[in-house]
Amino acid sequence: MNEIGTFDILGPNMIGPSSSHTAGALRIAFIAGKMIGKAVSVKFVLYGSFARTYHGHGTDRALVGGILGYHPDDERIRDSFEHAKEAGLDFSFEENFTDKEIYPNTVDIYVKDENGASLSLRGKSIGGGNAVITRLNGVDVELTGNYSTMVIEHIDKKGTLAFVTTVLSAYDLNIGSLRLYRESKGKIAYAIIEVDSDVPGQMVSAIRGFEAVRNVLLVPAIKLD
Amino acid sequence: MNFINGAELLAYCEKENKKISEAMFERETTYLEQNAEKTRARMKKAYSIMQAAVKKPMNEDIVSMGGMIGGESKKLHALRAEGKNICGEVVSKAIAYAVGVLEVNASMGLIVAAPTAGSSGVIPGVLCTLQEEHGFTDDEICQALFNAAAIGYLITRNATTAGAEGGCQAEVGSASAMAASAAVELLGGTPRQCMDAASFAMVNILGLVCDPIGGLVENPCQNRNAMGASNALISAELSLAGIKSITPIDETIAVMYAVGRSIPSELRETSLGGMAVAKSACETCMACAEKRRKK
Repeated sequence: MNEIGTFDILGPNMIGPSSSHTAGALRIAFIAGKMIGKAVSVKFVLYGSFARTYHGHGTDRALVGGILGYHPDDERIRDSFEHAKEAGLDFSFEENFTDKEIYPNTVDIYVKDENGASLSLRGKSIGGGNAVITRLNGVDVELTGNYSTMVIEHIDKKGTLAFVTTVLSAYDLNIGSLRLYRESKGKIAYAIIEVDSDVPGQMVSAIRGFEAVRNVLLVPAIKLD
Repeated sequence: MNFINGAELLAYCEKENKKISEAMFERETTYLEQNAEKTRARMKKAYSIMQAAVKKPMNEDIVSMGGMIGGESKKLHALRAEGKNICGEVVSKAIAYAVGVLEVNASMGLIVAAPTAGSSGVIPGVLCTLQEEHGFTDDEICQALFNAAAIGYLITRNATTAGAEGGCQAEVGSASAMAASAAVELLGGTPRQCMDAASFAMVNILGLVCDPIGGLVENPCQNRNAMGASNALISAELSLAGIKSITPIDETIAVMYAVGRSIPSELRETSLGGMAVAKSACETCMACAEKRRKK
């Protein structure tokens, strides 16, 4: 899976200036944007090098562009603030210089959509335009967005995963990876499943039908040429 | 077909009488199972982005996000147009193009990280210049880019191209090695000559630190891209003349990696040393930040 190809070297095609501070930041926000309906407000808390250099790296514009669903090579990123205003998206930034233990290129995103749903996540930019989501609504997770991903929010209850994998197999979907994260026993848990192909809507409905399942979120793989 | 180091790549090329670019393309389409047509199309797109990036700063007034660079490419092209350049047509044009790509990058324009955003000017600088000065077609340049990618792959697989890990020698040094090798293939050199040119380029930049002022990809990154482009052309010429590298490329890469790891962390993209802490650099940086606040 992790073999280095030609376009890992000559790529990504990206809006500069920095793969970690611009393209990687965008990827984190892109994932957040895909996990919620039409966003109306978003707050970004920046840590470490992100907090110190975000103006000069356009990290702020990239983050807003990510929420708007732009890919890393989209020339609208530079003017994303203006595009956000047109789209009715409020955005704000906070710098956190007190938390020093945290990975240097980290951002927390708090986003609300037009239906009042909210989402919080933490992401770190790990270089070369790649990123990892490390926390989702307070639960420690690991999600890269390199593949088409299903995030299944459910109550930690016996049989849930067995049900989900049965449905996946009925729809002939190949699982690239599957991980389970939970707050604590019997509380909210997340199954994060990376799959090799697109996820059919019918299958999502089938999974939503299971009583312990609260929500199913789909994150399409981000295009990184 | 796969290869994991320069020795394997060279053995394959010599046995099959193939160019490095052909071997890299074959690896992409066989071992990595990529569609041949799509792979060529992706490379064409990458090269079209590079071409646009070298030209953009000739026609536009660019100011970087950090405010430290902008307009350098125009100045260099103007100097050459007046006939006052001292590097000769090829090198003068290559450095003008290379610094221009860094302007585009630093102003949130579209570039190809090659291999990184901070070193994105070197390969377009060299290849767009060689295309214009030698009349190569787009297809020929795209083919040569697979050669460059092969060298970049060897470095990434066996060492690093990240400034935070290996300093500027790992970024601009790698880009320069990739460009040198591609240039040699374009001008008819053998795979061994390509690798020797890559070795020369890397050795010439060995030990160069990564010390961006204000933590931004502007200065000294921009001038170092000019240096990386000229160094690629020098290294290609050394090799094409028949001068041989003492070390095979695998050894050179290992040396670069070892040197990178021995560079103190202050000089590996942390902006805690080098140019980043020079008194005038800090003052420049503060002035730019102040200007931004007022805006």
